[in-house]
Amino acid sequence: MSPRPYWNPYLAGVGLGLTLAIAYLVLGTGLGASGAITRTATTALHAVAPATVEANATMGGYYEGGGSPLHNYLVWMFAGVLAGGFLSAAAASRVRVQVERGPRISAGGRIALTLLGGALAGLGARFAGGCTSGLALSGGAMLQAGAMVFVMTTFGAAFGLAPLLKRAWR
Amino acid sequence: MNHLLAQGMLDAPLGLLLSLAIGGLFGFWLERAGFGSSRKLTAIFYFEDFAVLKVMFAAMATAALVLSGLAALGKVDLHSMFVPPTVLWPQAVGGLVFGAGFLIGGWCPGTAAVGLASGRLDALTFLGGAGLGSLAYAFMAPGLQGFLVAGDCGDCVLTDLVGISPLVGAMVLLAIALGAFVVAEKVEAMQRRTS
Repeated sequence: MSPRPYWNPYLAGVGLGLTLAIAYLVLGTGLGASGAITRTATTALHAVAPATVEANATMGGYYEGGGSPLHNYLVWMFAGVLAGGFLSAAAASRVRVQVERGPRISAGGRIALTLLGGALAGLGARFAGGCTSGLALSGGAMLQAGAMVFVMTTFGAAFGLAPLLKRAWR
Repeated sequence: MNHLLAQGMLDAPLGLLLSLAIGGLFGFWLERAGFGSSRKLTAIFYFEDFAVLKVMFAAMATAALVLSGLAALGKVDLHSMFVPPTVLWPQAVGGLVFGAGFLIGGWCPGTAAVGLASGRLDALTFLGGAGLGSLAYAFMAPGLQGFLVAGDCGDCVLTDLVGISPLVGAMVLLAIALGAFVVAEKVEAMQRRTS
């Protein structure tokens, strides 16, 4: 079956906003995605270099008192995002294994850019204390100043760099 | 009604299961919006498809109105909830670095999860890169202690700073969102005419 069209963005936005409101009302905190990535990466590094991780000021705290960085609500929320995303994509015939890329870039070039872009996004999210979900969306809905600053600088950087990256996307 | 954070139960089995369910809804809506596609996500930066702006503003305004409305009725205490703290300088610089990563990689963390679930291998490698970037932060942080607290203003909620109620603030946010929607629709219509 061919992929079905996406839903109206305003409808999806209201649905996402109600989900965010439910998160605040039930959990007492908003949505988040980057925290689970940090915790998973820390766990992977800990498997090969436990002493280094436990001695680190940022990462060591996860292991205090015999804890694990994966024993955390954000990790379960991320698992939910994977499951919900898969069910939605499968129901609309949108699951297809591929390297999605612009018409003028090779698959290898695209993968190289995702590693660079991912590293920058991972670093930036930790500087800011959150990503588009945990800071921009969750903080923005609470009219929090830092979220607004993050939204403006994120979109400013992306719009500013777009002409240079045109070959990768258009 | 007392939320799980106030009860210290966010990481208890009930909190983990409810987080899984809420994450499921989160992923569902992101995917329905088309955010399992990096080309759709980055189209906004070439002024072709403003779904990212529409979804983000609609979501922010909806959540803000629901939460501030319930607060105005005395049903919830917004100050009891966890709001990401404001630390202006690392958030400004972090935003610039994050935004560059968003454009270069084509994803952000939540949408990359949905992309991976849709079969995108470029989302998997983006997530790997994001893991490496967050590990790099852990090794950089000890040398950046001054910068990381520069512009710290705690919860720093704009409605508190200006001295208006959260509900009025949510209405202002809605007005800004509606204005942005009008502009986005106009730009998209212009693009359709020229292409």
